Amino acid sequence: MIYFDKVTKIYQDKIKVVDDVSLTIEPEEFVSIVGYSGAGKTTLLKMFLAEESPTDGYIFFESTDINKIKNSKIGKYRQRVGVVFQDFRLLPNRTAYENVAFAMEASGKTDEEIASDVPHVLNLVDLGEKMWSFPRELSGGEQQRVAIARAIVNQPDVLVADEPTGNLDPYNARDIISILQKINELGTTVILTTHNKEIIDLLGDKRVITMENGKVIRDEKGGYHL
Amino acid sequence: MLITNIKRIIKTGFVNFCRNSIVSISAVFVMIVTLTAILSLILSNVLLESALKQVKNKIDINVYTTVSASPDEIFKLKESLEVLPEVDKVDYVSREQALVNFKERHRDDSLTLQALEELDENPLGAILNIKANEISQYAGIATFLESESVLAEGESKIIEKVNYYNNKIAIDKLNKIINAVENFGFSAAIILVIISIMITFNTIRLTIFISRKEIGVMRLVGANNNFIQGPFLIEGIIYGLVSAILTMIIFYPLLLWTNPFIENMFFLDLLSYFISNSFKIFLILAGIGSFLGLISSIFAIRTYLKV
Repeated sequence: MIYFDKVTKIYQDKIKVVDDVSLTIEPEEFVSIVGYSGAGKTTLLKMFLAEESPTDGYIFFESTDINKIKNSKIGKYRQRVGVVFQDFRLLPNRTAYENVAFAMEASGKTDEEIASDVPHVLNLVDLGEKMWSFPRELSGGEQQRVAIARAIVNQPDVLVADEPTGNLDPYNARDIISILQKINELGTTVILTTHNKEIIDLLGDKRVITMENGKVIRDEKGGYHL
Repeated sequence: MLITNIKRIIKTGFVNFCRNSIVSISAVFVMIVTLTAILSLILSNVLLESALKQVKNKIDINVYTTVSASPDEIFKLKESLEVLPEVDKVDYVSREQALVNFKERHRDDSLTLQALEELDENPLGAILNIKANEISQYAGIATFLESESVLAEGESKIIEKVNYYNNKIAIDKLNKIINAVENFGFSAAIILVIISIMITFNTIRLTIFISRKEIGVMRLVGANNNFIQGPFLIEGIIYGLVSAILTMIIFYPLLLWTNPFIENMFFLDLLSYFISNSFKIFLILAGIGSFLGLISSIFAIRTYLKV
């Protein structure tokens, strides 16, 4: 379970990016956070990933206060949370295979596990034939699928996808969303941020949290309301 | 687990070095410039030392003994000089040899030779040529020769003349020049090394700056700091090793070309010195290069590991 307790984030220029947000996300839930650019969606995720710390309030992952995780233990925590970004953020000098393998190497998996799991996960995202291609040789949709493969290869408890379809055409966007839905059906909690109404419509009656000016203004199942 | 991680870090370091070829080549070039400066310094030090040694070899003190001094007395003096810690060696030139040398030196001066013929006996005393370990020690040896203890060795006076005082000004001047050259060499070395370190450090910092986004991604994927920085440190070491090898390769033809001039000026076969000491020189360059690469990488990457 993920729990945001009265979380506020104020940057040095004194702008409140996240304002007194309280949320609970249950295990295996598929939650979309929607809102215009600057609504505070990405900052909320950054705090969950321990990239930023809240100015006020607490964020708990199970019983762990994320803000209190020591620098040396953050790696272990992040291995339980897969991340997918709008700009893919693959390692440019590594092949698709090596990008996915890196996440496994970082979590201390053996060479045998890597050799068996990486091709399997790349096949899941339909990139089995391009596993030795470098990111520059792949299309945007393919790069995002590599990023998803990297995010799920360690079987994380939570998958965070920050505008994963932002740089993709509608066809590839639908593809990515259906992969995320499949991952959720297999038992992983998915937190998705987007400002694309069509994406939310694809998700049917899943929970949608709407943010505006750093505040949660709506939290209900199904539909995009802005 | 630890061994697997070390293996992965080393492998990744090598792969990154090859795949980031443009960045690697520029870092290696800068490092080659640094190592060239250091190697030039090492070799010019060898040249300087050889030149100084030759100059020092030409300096000595000559003790002219009286004609009446017996060989026994002179050898006693020689022995007492040889036990002095400042003295490197003492050469004895007998009266007869001194005469032969004198005649040889004045073979074109018939008037002097004729005057010498007029004399019934050899007017020259034996000579002791003294070499000190250091130029600065000649003053001490001269003082010793002047001291009463030496004069009291024999019943009568056996030293006719010590030519140190004639050479004193030249010796002092040379001593000052040698000290100045040594001090200048040392200061130049320090300045050069500091500049080299700064240039190399900045270049490696740039290579890591280029990878700063990757480092951020690695941290977000859950890699710990050691796992992230390891390959960068290996890359830094590889820069050093490759640059050391290339610097050695560059210097060989360079020395081959300049050696005749160097040999002419300094009477030292620098090429032979370079070849016979090549392994030692390579170890020094590789050590300095990889240490610089490693330290620069450690300092440069620290900034980006705080995400």
